[in-house]
Formats: sequence, structure tokens, C-alpha cells
Amino acid sequence: MTVTAPPTRVAAASARSAARRPNRMRAWATRAPLLPALVFMIAVTQLPFVATLAISFFDWNALYPDDRHFAGFANYSEVLSTPELRKSVWTTVLLTVTVVLVSLLLGLLLALLLDRRFRGRAAVRTLLIAPFLLVPIASALLWKHVLYNPEYGLFNGVLHWLGGNGAPQPDWISDMPLAAVEASLIWQWTPFMMLILLAGLQSRDPELVEAARMDGASDWQVFVHLTLPHLRRYLELGVLLGSIYIVQNFDAVYTITSGGLGTANLPYTIYQTFYQAHENGLASAAGVLVVIGSIILATFALRVVSSLFREEVSRA
Amino acid sequence: MSGVAVRTRPRPRLRGAGLGLVAWLAGILFVLPLAWMALTSFHSEADAATNPPSLAAPLTLDSYREFFGAGGGASPWPALINSVTASLASTLLTLLLALPAAYALSIRPVKKWTDVLFFFLSTKMLPMVAGLLPIYLFAKNAGLLDNVWTLVVLYTAMNLPIAVWMMQSFLSEVPVAIIEAAQIDGARLPTILARVVAPIALPGIAATSLICFIFSWNELLFARVLTGVVAETAPVFLTGFITSQGLFLAKVSAASLVISLPVLAAGFAAQDKLVQGLSLGAVK
Repeated sequence: MTVTAPPTRVAAASARSAARRPNRMRAWATRAPLLPALVFMIAVTQLPFVATLAISFFDWNALYPDDRHFAGFANYSEVLSTPELRKSVWTTVLLTVTVVLVSLLLGLLLALLLDRRFRGRAAVRTLLIAPFLLVPIASALLWKHVLYNPEYGLFNGVLHWLGGNGAPQPDWISDMPLAAVEASLIWQWTPFMMLILLAGLQSRDPELVEAARMDGASDWQVFVHLTLPHLRRYLELGVLLGSIYIVQNFDAVYTITSGGLGTANLPYTIYQTFYQAHENGLASAAGVLVVIGSIILATFALRVVSSLFREEVSRA
Repeated sequence: MSGVAVRTRPRPRLRGAGLGLVAWLAGILFVLPLAWMALTSFHSEADAATNPPSLAAPLTLDSYREFFGAGGGASPWPALINSVTASLASTLLTLLLALPAAYALSIRPVKKWTDVLFFFLSTKMLPMVAGLLPIYLFAKNAGLLDNVWTLVVLYTAMNLPIAVWMMQSFLSEVPVAIIEAAQIDGARLPTILARVVAPIALPGIAATSLICFIFSWNELLFARVLTGVVAETAPVFLTGFITSQGLFLAKVSAASLVISLPVLAAGFAAQDKLVQGLSLGAVK
């Protein structure tokens, strides 16, 4: 900061560039701490996407490496025309939308309950977070074996308790495979939504609510006209971040149904296409489609994050 | 619903207590599956597999003993040690890269620092599964399959955006005036970092580390594809329980709980900062 070129040593001809050099050096000194992280990020996360994009244009089965050749958009048309692959696109959408919306709604109800004073509020909050802090595959195993097992799982046990010997004993996973996967994910992701929305509720201006109440607004009116508009961006954030995480879900599908019974989503299909079927080109084309979908989601997500962020910066 | 409630005084309080009760019920309902799994893990296999369930069955540590290798099954220790290595090393590496970056984005910001910040964020939004194949092929050709350090590098990249975002927000809480005052007093950069910045940012750095640790510990897909016998992590060890093996409910419960324990501990410790990490710093 204090380094400046001594003017006496500077020759008239190179005066301008010499004056610029310390500036430039200072700029690079400011940038230097940033570079390792930036280079690392680009090398490890961006280059593989470029490679995936390149591979997606090749007909390449790892079992026949000599038969690799350029295929144009053939992989893409195969992904979009093979029924199973096309179905996995639909399954991904259905799984994501269901899990995100249901856990958002449950999370909102729980956040509203927790946004009021009552005895043991901190304890209840801790209880509610617990499902989210189970390792995802451990949670999937819990649902698959301990809860859903048709012979001795907890669900059928409770039905037996309530209904006696004639109680129905459904085989949950075979009867409703996608709902079975969704329920386990909703259980894990509701706490996430609750935490985001609770943070939103608590950033509300209490004086505004107080003023509205003084003017005789009912709870419902306060909720509709004050709370909901304020929560809007937090709800959007929950939807978008939830979608980004759930679209990528692999653990629950892999564990609970192993992608069977019509529950294979795109990440599972990509895994299976290259790891078991060794169809590298096809798997890459499916990967590119996931990326395109994510970019669309991310564009909206970034907009929401950036508006919250700017508000934060201007408040500081 | 409450046009009446405003006028009658005692009712809101009664309703408040009622809603508190509902909140308690919801909390218990959510934790019930987890509590049931914990109880099952302390039952014998025969008691765990009754229908209707036996609540009051005698407790035993058998399935924990069996999980840790007493029954002659595969020992979980190599997998646990791999997970500890991968999670701790990647968390350290993440901090090492994220701290200077966050410094250059907050305390002495580069030009267009918000753009850089959002670039980091955007990389988190692309699904890692789409880069899995090239990474697998690269690791295979470079002889890096079944190597825990391959996971360290990938987990670092996975967590770096979150860490940079969180750390940026913690460092920007350090008032510039204090730093300038220290500079005027003649303090040099290392002193300023150690004496002024660190004390304010340390709780945030701790929370960030815990969140990076949790995400690394949980990761399954990359570990499943890139590791085999040598470098398998704890979640990969759990994939051995996907297909039913007769009476094994107590054992699968014990295994799932033991492997989740570090995450439960880290998560409760970082409870207050958890939202900030998960929402990529957007919510405080």
C-alpha cells in the first residue's frame, strides 16, 4: 500500500508504465489469495463437465473400446427415445416436485409452530433437526428395513397393534415404491425447510406485526398480508435449494428400491448406464441433460440468493 | 379463526399452550423412527423381529459387539478409518483454500468480488453426478482408483463453494475500522490476522468445518464408484446391508447408528450455523 515508485528514478519515456506497475502488482497481490481456490475449483469441477460434454457425442461402450466413434446427437436421441431413460427423466421430476413441495409445506407448519414461545422450544427444535443429521444411507436403511419390512417392520407392527390380527399388512415398498422413497426423503428434508423458514420468520420486523395487531388484524390477516410476503423469498430459496439437492439424490433410490419398480431417477440411471452397462456415451448424454436442467434451476436460485445477499449487504 | 380471540383475553393463552403441545407432538413424531431404531439396536435379533413389536424386550449390546467384528463378519474399522481420513483431510484442505479466498472476497476485496462469489456458488448447483464418468476414467488411467486421497480431492471441491460463502460472511463481520486502527498502530498482517480477525471469525470457522465434515462423511455415490476393498468409506460399508439377510434388524440399526454418530454430534454442535451452511450463506 505504501509502495510507490520513487519519481526521481523514473525515466520520462517509461514513466507511464512504471507508474502502472505497482498498481498492477498490488492488484495481483490482492488477487493472489483467491487463485488457489479458483484454480482448484475449475480443475476439479468444471473440466469434468467439459469432458462429459465431449464424450456425450461419441458412441462409446467401455466393453468395446476399439469401436469408439463420433456419433453426433445420436446419444441424445437415444436418451430421449428409450422408454426407460425417458421415464427416469419423468421420475426425477416427480420425485423432486413431490419431496420439495410436501417438505416445504410441513416445514412451514413446523416453523410457524416454533416461531412462538412455549416451554421446551429449543428441545423440540433439536428433536426436529435429528432426522436431517442421520447419514442419508443410514436413513434409507432405516426406512427400508426397520420401518417398511412387511413381516416385522414398525409400520406393520403398529397396524397390527391398532387393528388386531386382521389388520392389513401391506408390502410398502412393492405396493408404492415411489411413495416409499419419497416418504423417507420428506422425513429427512422437512427439517431443512423448517430451518430456512424459521430463519425467515425470525428476521421479520416484530414492530410491524405488533402495529398490525394494534390495528385489529387477525392472526390469519397477519399471516396472509405480512408473514407470507416476507417469507416469499425464503420459500423460493427452500424450493430451489431443495430441488438442487433432491434432483441429485442417489442414496435413497439406490438403497430402498435399487432403482427398481419405476423409481430410477437420472443420477441412478447415469450410475447404472456407465457403471453396470458401460455405455459411456449414453451416460454422458444423460449427464448433460441433468446439467441443462440444473442450469435452468440454478439461474432462478442464483437470482433469489443474490437478492437476499444484496439486502444483507445494504443492511450492513 | 381469531376475530373473536382478539376480544376475549384468556383464550389466546390457552391456544398458545395447545399449539406448544402440538409442536411437542410433531417433534416426537419426527424423532420416533430414529428412537425406534435406537431401541431396536439394543434388542436381540429375535426380539427385534416380532410383530407386533416388543417394546419391553430385554436390552443387550450384542448387535454392537457383532458390528465391531465379534461375530466374525467384516470389521468396520478400515471403513471408519477411511471415512475419518477422507472427512478430516478434505475439511482441512477446504479450510486451507477457502480462508485466503474468503479474505480476498471480504476484508481486502478484489474488484468484482460479488461475481467471484457467485461463480463459486454456481459450481455447487451443477450436479456432481454429471462429472462422475470423466473423473472415474481419469482415476482409472492414473491409477487413483480405490485411493482415499482421490476422495479427499473430490470432497474438497464439493465443499469449497459452501466454505467460501460461509467464511466470506463471517469475515465480513470483522469491522474494517478495527483492522485500520491496528494498521495505524503498526501491526503487520500476520499479527492482524491472529489478534484481530481470528478471534471474531473463529466460531464461524468452526461451524464451517463441522458442516464440511458432515457432507464429506455422508457422501456415497463417489465413494461407491471410486473405491473398492481398500478405500471403502463408512457409507459404502453400509451398502452391505441393502439386501435383507434373514434376521438382521438389530444389526442394521446398530451399524446405521454408529456410522451416523459423528454426524449427529457435529450437527448438534453446529446447530445454529447449520442453516447458513445449507442455504449457502443466503440465510443467517
